[in-house]
Amino acid sequence: MNNESLWSIFINTSLINNFVLAYFLGICSFLGVSSKVETGLKMGAAVTFVMVISALCAYGINALLTAINAPFLQLISYIVVIASTVQLVEMFVKKTSPALFKALGIFLPLITTNCAILAVALFQTSKGYGLLQSFVYALGGGIGFTLAMVLMAGLREQLVFSETVSVAKGTVIVLLVAGILSLSFMGFAGLGG
Amino acid sequence: MSTIPQNKSDKGFFSSLANHPNTDEFTRGLWRDNPVFVQVLGMCPSLAVSNSAINALAMGLATAFVLLMSNILVSLLKDFIPKQVRIASYILIIATFVTIIDYVIQAVSIDLHKNLGAFISLIVVNCLILSRAEAFASKNNVSKSILDGLGMGLGFTFALLCIGSLREIFGSGSLFGYEFMPSNFEKWVIMVLPAGGFFSLAFLLLIFNYFKLKKEGL
Repeated sequence: MNNESLWSIFINTSLINNFVLAYFLGICSFLGVSSKVETGLKMGAAVTFVMVISALCAYGINALLTAINAPFLQLISYIVVIASTVQLVEMFVKKTSPALFKALGIFLPLITTNCAILAVALFQTSKGYGLLQSFVYALGGGIGFTLAMVLMAGLREQLVFSETVSVAKGTVIVLLVAGILSLSFMGFAGLGG
Repeated sequence: MSTIPQNKSDKGFFSSLANHPNTDEFTRGLWRDNPVFVQVLGMCPSLAVSNSAINALAMGLATAFVLLMSNILVSLLKDFIPKQVRIASYILIIATFVTIIDYVIQAVSIDLHKNLGAFISLIVVNCLILSRAEAFASKNNVSKSILDGLGMGLGFTFALLCIGSLREIFGSGSLFGYEFMPSNFEKWVIMVLPAGGFFSLAFLLLIFNYFKLKKEGL
């Protein structure tokens, strides 16, 4: 059992060890959907929701698997939980906001293969977090993801107006911006305990 | 690819190899459709562990193995998997092989397993593997899928090795742990930090783009 304080977990996952900028998790959707602030924000919200649900389920599953002594099933059961949660979110979004459903497009089902979500489930297990700690960990991770997404989208909206060398157009310039963003997030390193 | 057709003309071995219909499935993953440099797929679990060449190589080979095995199995089972649940089935197949490779790496080298950590498990969500299963293996026969898996896997390993070597040479002044830089070489600490991963990949993509544009005559 890990007795790290909830506040330090939150700061740690959302700012210092930001999933996108420090661990390179969820890069695919980070690069794919971050061209508009609004879409980025909603995508971040969807990811945060799936993250929290799957983190809580993962906690239960881990307890069960430890009880029946079958740790090798861990990965498989986590991914099934995530896939079904994503399916649920997809149905919910389709019903409530067809416009958002269209904007997110292929990236909505791809949340299943968003590494950040599986990573939350795996990391919390290896760190031995309790139920409440897992919840805060997932929430912090999701908010950190959303933050990175919105910052990136804001920068990219401005980037459209600047002249880019033809070799560096597209992914290259976005990666460079992401690198600089990642550097600036290192400034948070002294914050946590 | 057991039989290479006998080429009567004097074109030589390599061009006859290049003309073989199946060779394309293999070679295009290596360069023309390189998963990292061209398709920009499967970066998430890879950039994180590419801070040294040996980690990058291990990660690349592990991913290539999973990619190959899942391609074979998906291709074999393509007629039995109902269309509605295909993605879930693919992910389960992939997760099974990742669990296997996780235990294998643990058996081979505990140190390596510690370095790669949870990122081995994260091979499951490598977009590259799922995209090959969905876009290629589920539509083609086993032998083609094997070639495709091998080509893409090796192309991925090659790309990771490039990033890993670049980061290790400048970040730690060594390659595969062997230090060859002069002792007064100032290490670029930024290269082993997360930001260095973004920069190295951007740099490599820049080179790749340059050659692509040059070929198109722009």
